[in-house]
Amino acid sequence: MSGGPVIPNFGEGSSCVLHNDLFCSDWFTQNWSPVLQPALVQHIELTAKAVGIGFVIAFAFAIVARRFRIVERPFSLLSAFVYTIPSLALFQLLIPVTGLTDTTVLIALVGYTLLILFRNTVEGFRAVPADVLESARGMGLTGLQTLWRIELPLALPSIMAGVRIAVVSTISLATIAAFVRPVGLGHPIFDAIQDNIFKTELFAAGGLAVALAIGCDAILVAAQRGLTPWTRAKRS
Amino acid sequence: MAERRAAGAAAAEIVFDHVTKFYPGRQAAAVNDLSLTIPAGDICVLVGPSGAGKTTAMKLVNRLIDFDEGDIRIDGRSVRELDAVELRRGIGYVIQQIGLFPHMTVGDNVAVVPKLLGWQKQRIRARVAELIALVGLEPGDADRYPSQLSGGQRQRVGLARALAADPAVMLMDEPFGALDPITRDRLQNELLRLHDLERKTIVFVTHDIDEAIKLGDRIAILREGGVLAQYDTPDAILATPADDFVARFVGADRGLKRLALRKLAEIELESPNGVPPGTPYTSAQTTLRDALSLMLTEGADRLVVVDDDGGNAGVLTIHQVSRLLSER
Repeated sequence: MSGGPVIPNFGEGSSCVLHNDLFCSDWFTQNWSPVLQPALVQHIELTAKAVGIGFVIAFAFAIVARRFRIVERPFSLLSAFVYTIPSLALFQLLIPVTGLTDTTVLIALVGYTLLILFRNTVEGFRAVPADVLESARGMGLTGLQTLWRIELPLALPSIMAGVRIAVVSTISLATIAAFVRPVGLGHPIFDAIQDNIFKTELFAAGGLAVALAIGCDAILVAAQRGLTPWTRAKRS
Repeated sequence: MAERRAAGAAAAEIVFDHVTKFYPGRQAAAVNDLSLTIPAGDICVLVGPSGAGKTTAMKLVNRLIDFDEGDIRIDGRSVRELDAVELRRGIGYVIQQIGLFPHMTVGDNVAVVPKLLGWQKQRIRARVAELIALVGLEPGDADRYPSQLSGGQRQRVGLARALAADPAVMLMDEPFGALDPITRDRLQNELLRLHDLERKTIVFVTHDIDEAIKLGDRIAILREGGVLAQYDTPDAILATPADDFVARFVGADRGLKRLALRKLAEIELESPNGVPPGTPYTSAQTTLRDALSLMLTEGADRLVVVDDDGGNAGVLTIHQVSRLLSER
């Protein structure tokens, strides 16, 4: 796949592009639809998939760890170990196994979300007060009802804090995925830094990644506020 | 979904029948061969020092803890016959730490069990409003969160929540233990008032003998090792403690405590004729203990008792008080 101009065509651009000025809005406008917008969409998809899959795995293990404490340490250590592997090295390690594919990218990104999502989910469950659990049991809630109606909502602030960190760090990490596959905002960034650094493309793609991270975080904060109204209740 | 009533609104008799509970890894029993019958609609207070198994005994009723030997029957039915979750929904449960659900409003907290029982929305809403008023909260409190309430208000919500599905039985584990003395006293009075209105069989755990005397129709005094030392009415326990342990537990002032149980209105008074002027007077709603205190502070050997309409009900003498005390 070779989406968009890999190396800027210095022959036919505007004078701004020809001089490789700091930021050329005409290039940005021209390349929004063919290059930047598809990259942005891919980037969002990649992040959503990685955090989504990571959340399902981390949440499942956290639920098991909540009842069987013995699970917590091994999973915690494993995810911490994955987290310490440098991302480029992890991609390299995976390529012989899964090739230059989306799967390679996804496995690596999911791996980096596990630690934070698992720890925050476990912490969230642990923060549920013992007296709340006792009264739930005494009132005749089943284990599953207690989990969904009591423990999960009360763990939500901690879980959401984990999701926010995971989303922002995945958006940043996913740019490196272009090292394996030409997808996401990392692709135009890699293009821009080959040979001669093309500033406009670098700033446009990099700026979009930053804006995406800030935007996603703002949405998640708003979602959390909406979902946990009791945390903002004031004494009057 | 069909609506189900929890265990039935009428109070139920609770029978402990030679119940024994061992905790794994411990030699001594936590509850040892406990047998007692709590008449329907009575408040039975389990009282004793720590390690006497009073909370354990209480939790055996709704099977938060399972017993090893014997049986517990509610209205003649063994608690083991029912599914534990089903059983608990029919029993109100109040604990010292209250355990309100912090993410739910007061109204939602109260509505938890009715929702579990599949009540219709309208009925739940009406019941929540009724209970909020019953426990002395403001209608607007239903939309507040527990973190916005004082300790006393929270325990009122705890009471309302336990009463929500109109259970026949209530279990209360030191519910007022964490409250300041004034709030505790107020809530004890509220509980007695509620008990008059909605007559439940209540098993109430406390380590405070004064609370036990105030609230209990019957008191079960447990000693270390979960052994029942005495089970009787407060008056009988104060008048004739079964042994030294009980006597020490109820305190050296048990005579005075006993006087506090009776009001002047319940006593046959002497004729008010020939009372010297200037004799101190008091209301018929005064307890014998307070009346005695008044006589001692006034230096009088008799009191004129004024009934609720302001009329002259009779005279109480200090000899009468001492005669009443020596009654068994």
